[in-house]
Amino acid sequence: MEVTGAEIFVRALHDEGVEIIFGYPGGAVLHIYDALYTQDKIQHILTRHEQGATHAADGYARSTGKPGVVIVTSGPGATNAVTGIATAYMDSIPLVVFTGQVPTHLIGNDAFQEADNIGITRPCVKHNFLVKDVSDIAVTIKKAFYVATTGRPGPVVVDLPKDITAHKAEYSYPENISMRSYNPVHVGHAGQIKRAVKLMLGARRPMFYTGGGVILGNAAASLTELARALDYPVTNTLMGLGGYPATDRQFVGMLGMHGTYEANMAMHHCDVLIAIGARFDDRVTGNIEKFCPTAKIVHVDIDPASISKNVKVDIPIVGCVDNVLKAMLKLLGEGKRQPDSGAIKEWWQQIDEWRSKDCLKYDQGSELIKPQYVLDTLYKVTDGDAYVTSDVGQHQMWAAQYYRFDKPRRWINSGGLGTMGFGLPAAMGVQLAHRDATVACVTGEGSIQMCIQELSTCLQYALPIKIINLNNRCLGMVRQWQEFFYQGRYAMSYMDALPDFVKLAESYGHVGMQIDKPEDVESALKEAMQLKDRLVFMDFITDQTENVYPMIPAGGGQNEMILI
Amino acid sequence: MRHIISILMENEAGALSRVAGLFSARGYNIESLTVAPTEDPSLSRMTLVTRGTDEIIEQITKQLNKLIDVVKLMDMTEGPHIEREMMLVKVNTGDDRREELKRNSDIFRGRIIDVTDKTYTIELTGAGDKLDAFLETLDPEVIIEVVRSGVSGIARGDRALKL
Ligand SMILES: Cc1cc2nc3c(=O)[nH]c(=O)nc-3n(C[C@H](O)[C@H](O)[C@H](O)COP(=O)(O)OP(=O)(O)OC[C@H]3O[C@@H](n4cnc5c(N)ncnc54)[C@H](O)[C@@H]3O)c2cc1C
Ligand SMILES: Cc1ncc(C[n+]2csc(CCOP(=O)(O)OP(=O)(O)O)c2C)c(N)n1
Ligand SMILES: [Mg+2]
Repeated sequence: MEVTGAEIFVRALHDEGVEIIFGYPGGAVLHIYDALYTQDKIQHILTRHEQGATHAADGYARSTGKPGVVIVTSGPGATNAVTGIATAYMDSIPLVVFTGQVPTHLIGNDAFQEADNIGITRPCVKHNFLVKDVSDIAVTIKKAFYVATTGRPGPVVVDLPKDITAHKAEYSYPENISMRSYNPVHVGHAGQIKRAVKLMLGARRPMFYTGGGVILGNAAASLTELARALDYPVTNTLMGLGGYPATDRQFVGMLGMHGTYEANMAMHHCDVLIAIGARFDDRVTGNIEKFCPTAKIVHVDIDPASISKNVKVDIPIVGCVDNVLKAMLKLLGEGKRQPDSGAIKEWWQQIDEWRSKDCLKYDQGSELIKPQYVLDTLYKVTDGDAYVTSDVGQHQMWAAQYYRFDKPRRWINSGGLGTMGFGLPAAMGVQLAHRDATVACVTGEGSIQMCIQELSTCLQYALPIKIINLNNRCLGMVRQWQEFFYQGRYAMSYMDALPDFVKLAESYGHVGMQIDKPEDVESALKEAMQLKDRLVFMDFITDQTENVYPMIPAGGGQNEMILI
Repeated sequence: MRHIISILMENEAGALSRVAGLFSARGYNIESLTVAPTEDPSLSRMTLVTRGTDEIIEQITKQLNKLIDVVKLMDMTEGPHIEREMMLVKVNTGDDRREELKRNSDIFRGRIIDVTDKTYTIELTGAGDKLDAFLETLDPEVIIEVVRSGVSGIARGDRALKL
């Protein structure tokens, strides 16, 4: 029996195992919305802005490992979604975004609400498809999910002209798909892995530098096993936090611009660097000329283009992290050779000396609320077991530094694009995926206002997110740079005319709290956590002058940190 | 170094813009780019000429391979290969330059394919540097119009870019 394109769309999503989609309707997708209306297998979450829909799908994807699915209308619906698509692209997050398009015969005609969605999104998607025939809808959807979720994951856009969603065809969903032009590598080269293990075992000052690839590739357990077997130190990138338990002795903290002293010093002095699912971002390497001057480098990554892009490596291994780590473990188990325990012991002594600087210390006796203290307390009150999303700015760095993530997929933030406005909608996606979990959104008064309208979505779907607004009355990260590098000329970094966040939360139907004394921080957080089924907006009035330390200034090497 | 990269791509609308977009977005330079269908209607073949250090060329080939529409590619310059480009040049012969222009064209194995009382149109085929050399022989005032096809290339011997 022939069914409409819209019906095919819904059935294909169902056959793909999609349970939830995020979106916003409009003319070009009305046939699809009509088909969604008459079924109950797929839940549609109506956000208040298409950016919110993409970030929510992204948060869902990051916290579950499943692809996030979005549907928006043509023209402004699609362009509003672009920031969310670009955010997912930079962090390699699997999304499938369906954009409405004007009917095929009007494409290119400057028709009502027409935008060149394929052209606009091309530079920020893994791939995109324009479907021109109803009989191609099912197979294109299959391909879209396949491309988004395999290899190095990423967002895929499928542009659906309105007319084809009304046309009819037989429905059948392919079981499997293969594409001659797309064959991601899974298994690492055995010879390279052997060479890597040999180099690793010979190290005197080894260092694991691991990133988002460990999270994306579900390899936290293998990484932990390998690092423990060798007793080597581990540092994580901002995207890799939770890939190795942060409370473990071998964890030396995050590295990079706002990484710990011990992590960056160990990077600088190591002789063998084992980079796993990390892409040598400039926030990590600092000045490339000064990066790891004495190290031989092993790099495991699924994307050949990540390897030797910024830093030339000695042993490249293209493959899926989990496979490669397991192969390394197997070789270790079979071989007789052990790490040089004397050298490793000395190395740990050196690292512990760096550690003793206690680079994340902060003033505990202040009359003002220190943002670090709020995060320390959040960690305590939630037993370190919350899902934490964040926006972008100082609060993001403090969350990364002070909330110690022991598990993967708990820390959800926009690292690559650094998108203010990400935190709240991402938290919605997380909460929808984990209904009973504690989900905290750490934000700033600047960032939260970029997608504040999603508070309304939270009410509609009863999402009891805990919003931790570190309100320093300024665009703190910008202000910090202006203080350090522009002689305190604070151009446009102050937030005047702030709303009363308590009333704002209340007017959206939520609980609002303002906390301005350090002694109230813990009780407020506890009270908020007890309101299990309510969204609580906690407006913490924090010390405006606080800066994020340590910091490697632009152009600096990893051993050139500004400490507090 | 100058590299000639040949690419087999899915013959889909938009495939060309993915390659062009990649080069502009990442700041790689393209000296020339040609694209045409192949004997297999589902594939088109693109040849592009670019310049860069070994590291940049490595990134270019990796990034091209990463494009979903790219089925296979080959850096011609990695082995022996034949490079060809076609050029059409319209020149102003005046009254006194007809002999000289004809002679030059012959030396470069060009063919005069159109003639008027004031102009010749010369067709020339060869590697890019041969075409450059021919243009060098011409007084700039003489040149009315130059049309170059862009480079295409094929590997020598058994080496081939095919599925
Ligand atoms: C204000 C601000 C400050 C920042 N400061 C810092 C900082 O101090 N320190 C820091 O680290 N970052 C910082 N960042 C983040 C930074 O911009 C980058 O986003 C981050 O460093 C990249 O992390 P990553 O290297 O883990 O790469 P990701 O972007 O997570 O990339 C993952 C890599 O793993 C690979 N991969 C994916 N899946 C697999 C798989 N299955 N198998 C193998 N490989 C796989 C991918 O190909 C890719 O190369 C900051 C960001 C902001 C906004
Ligand atoms: C959409 C967007 N616009 C601008 C920026 C640049 N930017 C980075 S951090 C920051 C300040 C963020 O202020 P706030 O949310 O209050 O956080 P704080 O740094 O004060 O903790 C700005 C403007 C950005 N990252 N994203
Ligand atoms: Mg702020």
